[in-house]
Amino acid sequence: MFLIPDPVVRFFHRMASPPHFYSFTERLMPWLVVIFLLLTAAGLYGGLYLAPADYQQGDSYRIIYIHVPSAWMSLFIYMVMAVAGGIGLVWRIKLAEIVAISSAPVGASFTFIALVTGSLWGKPMWGTWWVWDARLTSELILLFLYLGVIGLYGAIDDKRTASRAVAILALVGVVNIPIIHYSVEWWNTLHQGPTVTKMDKPSIHVSMLIPLLLMAISFKFYYLIAMLQRARTELLLRERNAQWVKNMISESK
Amino acid sequence: MKPARKQRLILIGLMVLGAALATGFALKSFNENLMYFFSTTDVVEGKAPKDTLFRLGGMVIKGSVERPNDGLMVRFKLTDFSKDVTVEYTGILPDLFREGQGIVAHGKLNEQGVFIAEEVLAKHDENYMPPEVKGSLKNQPAPVEGQK
Repeated sequence: MFLIPDPVVRFFHRMASPPHFYSFTERLMPWLVVIFLLLTAAGLYGGLYLAPADYQQGDSYRIIYIHVPSAWMSLFIYMVMAVAGGIGLVWRIKLAEIVAISSAPVGASFTFIALVTGSLWGKPMWGTWWVWDARLTSELILLFLYLGVIGLYGAIDDKRTASRAVAILALVGVVNIPIIHYSVEWWNTLHQGPTVTKMDKPSIHVSMLIPLLLMAISFKFYYLIAMLQRARTELLLRERNAQWVKNMISESK
Repeated sequence: MKPARKQRLILIGLMVLGAALATGFALKSFNENLMYFFSTTDVVEGKAPKDTLFRLGGMVIKGSVERPNDGLMVRFKLTDFSKDVTVEYTGILPDLFREGQGIVAHGKLNEQGVFIAEEVLAKHDENYMPPEVKGSLKNQPAPVEGQK
């Protein structure tokens, strides 16, 4: 703990308090939405209009601006979910549990979008909707992991017990994350190798790369918005008998 | 850190490590099955299965594509830059099929060692650039094709 600056520690301690989290995210939300809309507009304009056509794939490659950021998000959100779940397991922080379970449906959606856009891209380029190569299969397993987390949480009535069970499932599933990332390097796949996330410099022209990165950041903001909204609802539901929720309701009446 | 928390943290660490090890060993033992296709070297060295369908991946050699009779049958050579295999395919090729392109074909070998494909899929690479940039790259000395 001594390595982390004091204000950061204080921020996280305050955020772990449900009433503070609830009011803070309420004030934060409009900013997140504005940044998300600006980034998405810039990214889509850059990707669909400004960026040139590809030398081989023509205009069809433009689905990259949805497919690749979604696929990145599917891995990123899984890591957030597993780490938050782990923090919930060790320190028994209610908000960490809530962040973990609120991430699952958002992550599952991004995984689904990545799979569907990939399939739509595969048909004209590869000549097939789907193949069972290592990359596609491991990404499909990721979708099932997300669905497993959501299902397990719903199946257990006591939500604190449910959170613990879900965290263990999520942590075991972390094994799949490096497999997805390195699948295209460890095995022969029909899916291409990494374009941006490799040690070498990205093998994508800079005019195509900038909109891609903009979309990647914009999707991060979308995740924050969707996850925080879910977390606020889940928090109210769990704390419905707490004094701060009763105070808030009587104030708004 | 309180002892109970420390214990839980260690327990979780061990659990993740165990899961990783188990998966690692499983993937290592199934390594062959996880390969989506055989390389042309595998075929020439006889590692590819006989009499059964399998996938063959490689790059279409420049200038090797020919249509021996007027039909849809097309014959070309695949390479992994060390060994070549001749492929015959009857049907419609994907848009990205061209000389110098990586492809994956599904089919089997005949007695002459020619690969009779039932399906041909194009494998595009990880490079994205505008056509002008590709044009200017062509005028420079050709880069070494470094596919491992």
